[in-house]
Amino acid sequence: MIPMPNLDVLGFLVLATFAVLCGLSVILQKHAVASALSLVGVMGSLAVLYLMLGAEFLAAVQMIVYAGAIMVLFVFVIMLLNSGSERPAKARYFAYLVGIPSLLAFLGVISFFILKELPNTSSVQFGAFTQGGPAPVGRLLFTQYLLPFEVTSLLVLIAIIGAMVLAKKEID
Amino acid sequence: MNSLFPTSADFIRFAPEIVLTVVGTLLMLLEPLTGDGKGEKPQLRWLAIAGLALAMAAAIFAYGDPGPAFNGMLLVDGFGTFFSVLVIGTGLLTVFCAQDYLIREKQENGEFYALLLFSIAGQCIMATANELIILFIGLEISSISSYILAGFLREDRRSNESALKYFLLGSFATGFLLYGVAWIYGLTGSTNLATIQATLAAGGVNPRLLALSAALMFVGFAFKVSAAPFQVWAPDVYQGAPSPVSAFLSAGPKAAAFAIFLRVFTTAFGSMADRWAPVFWGSALLTMIVGNFAALRQDNIKRMLAYSSIAHAGYVMVAVTSHSTVGTAAAMFYLASYAFVNVGAFAVVSYVAAKGEKHVGIGDFAGLAARQPLAALVMTIFFTSLIGVPLTAGFFGKFYIFKAALDAGMVWLTVLGLLNSAVAAYYYLRVIVVMYTHEPSVAVNELEPASSGLQFGWVAAAAATLALGIFPSALLEFASRAAILR
Amino acid sequence: MPESLAQQYFPLLVQILLAVLVAGGMVAAGLLIGKKVKNRVKEMPYECGMTPTGNARERFSVKFYLVGMLFILFDIEAVFLFPWAVVFRELKLFAWFEMVTFVVLILAGFFYIWKKGALDWTQTETSKAHKPPTALDLMLSDELEVAGRR
Repeated sequence: MIPMPNLDVLGFLVLATFAVLCGLSVILQKHAVASALSLVGVMGSLAVLYLMLGAEFLAAVQMIVYAGAIMVLFVFVIMLLNSGSERPAKARYFAYLVGIPSLLAFLGVISFFILKELPNTSSVQFGAFTQGGPAPVGRLLFTQYLLPFEVTSLLVLIAIIGAMVLAKKEID
Repeated sequence: MNSLFPTSADFIRFAPEIVLTVVGTLLMLLEPLTGDGKGEKPQLRWLAIAGLALAMAAAIFAYGDPGPAFNGMLLVDGFGTFFSVLVIGTGLLTVFCAQDYLIREKQENGEFYALLLFSIAGQCIMATANELIILFIGLEISSISSYILAGFLREDRRSNESALKYFLLGSFATGFLLYGVAWIYGLTGSTNLATIQATLAAGGVNPRLLALSAALMFVGFAFKVSAAPFQVWAPDVYQGAPSPVSAFLSAGPKAAAFAIFLRVFTTAFGSMADRWAPVFWGSALLTMIVGNFAALRQDNIKRMLAYSSIAHAGYVMVAVTSHSTVGTAAAMFYLASYAFVNVGAFAVVSYVAAKGEKHVGIGDFAGLAARQPLAALVMTIFFTSLIGVPLTAGFFGKFYIFKAALDAGMVWLTVLGLLNSAVAAYYYLRVIVVMYTHEPSVAVNELEPASSGLQFGWVAAAAATLALGIFPSALLEFASRAAILR
Repeated sequence: MPESLAQQYFPLLVQILLAVLVAGGMVAAGLLIGKKVKNRVKEMPYECGMTPTGNARERFSVKFYLVGMLFILFDIEAVFLFPWAVVFRELKLFAWFEMVTFVVLILAGFFYIWKKGALDWTQTETSKAHKPPTALDLMLSDELEVAGRR
């Protein structure tokens, strides 16, 4: 007997389907701007999925950084390249022949393992985990994980230099 | 909560990274303040050298009081210190060997040195990381600065291609690694290697899912060390990147990647060694074969050295496969000897290649001995070490690795590895023969004498190669003590 | 005070639904009751009532990209400030030092891009190349040379 899905599971299924469809749309759209808009859909549904898992802070960050800042950059790059419609690429049969089966095999192996090894995992339950807000995250980030936090600033610094170094050709 | 606050011991154990970060930031800030400089900034070069020397001193000083730091994020032990000092030393050598190239291309500036130091800081974090999150951040710091360094010649299409390929494939591999880390966290509830090790040793973790996560992490690490079948990026990246950067990439980041590879698979996954060893066995063999046989057919010396670097990663994989203290020590010794040799060899390549890296064919090395005897001599020392001729570091490196493999009962892998070394001798000897017996090529005739800094780099690398080849015991003893990972 | 996460986020759901309804309703209403005129003028891109000149798809300067990139980086810095502000009272001075270390490193990057001229939009390529040196420029360069010789 198939158990009746509760509201949380139903919400998950709707969002997950939406995310996957948007993801497919990202790679199948011919026009780069349409791909970028589909990506916003992916990011947004991921944010709600995070929220359903109780990761409130992560959901907010997902919206601010990914759906906001990174999408802005994507659109800038699309305008910079001014690519317009994508030319139909030369059919690379090798890529299709090897890539699609390996992707399906990878997904198949992972789903097989998950279904076989973790058959009784409790499903999504919105509100079960409440330690994902900014306060619990901050408490951990600034005590237990303070070194990764500080070191992240170095990563950001490298990205700043990288942006300057690699984009400077056109500026000078 | 107070116990979580860092103490002075934490800061001392993290001192090398702090020094590198501070000096790197200074270099970055001084870059716009030192004006145009016409592509030549010796003051920043000396600051970078001073920073690296200070960081090395800090790393050695930190070893005086080994132990964990920052809530178990880092673990300063012999193994970590060995690799920290190794990558900092590689960086020092790279600075000396890069100066002629950078001045010639009018690219000597603060950004290059800042990125180099930041990259080394990331590699030091990798060397001492004892926790998967900080390990990942260290790897990203090292990788992202490497991507930028590979594309440092903005006007050069080869350099752009190299950076783009490296970045795309590298990010893809990082995704695999992160997915593996996420699984491990889900299975064991921890990202600390010691806790993971204890949880796995206690049993009760689903073995198939554990194998899946180990496999995902293997893919990420294998990419970073360019082990087959994840090596395809290496030839294009090393060929297109500026020669000094290729030198650094094939020595520093590779050694640090092997450090985390060894640490994760001998500590956290140590209890399941009998299950990952067969995969490593195949990967090691495939890496050696692909590297050596592809190198045979190369006419571009940078591409040849790239394939040779893949082959050498294969030898180190043999040591990792043996999963023993002897094997770890052999891998450490090999990586140390290989780092100096490779930086030196790429330094000679960048010298002969001349402006714009025009002369990178093996034929361009014809008659180098007649015109520039020092360059030819050090190149011969480096290549004999890469072959594994006695009296060079490479001989003992290979000797210890195959001894460790035999101790672990891997007779076939040893035999096939030795056959591979014999194949490899051909393409190294070919360059030596061309240098010594052929008439000088146009490229060689046009060569200006090398600067004293570059000559110092060559001689230092060659001296280290010979010193390790004649007196290997001191380093090997340290490595054997440090190789006991907990 | 809402008790569970579901109650806490219920208003958000209502707002999203309302937004979708209003936006979708407007488009639908336009389609249903709007007049459908199709001619060349109507199809033109709207440019303040003037006849459009040139292609709308113009290439953007790489500067936009650079600014977008830098925006993300400083955005990430800002993201870390949220949890920091929430726990600041608990951790007190310690948290302050942590954030100062973090921000100083990033501000160093800001200083670097500023001095490098990434934020300087007025200096175009032509003005840089063709601007004749002023008397002040010449005097300054002379002085610098003299100072260099000393």
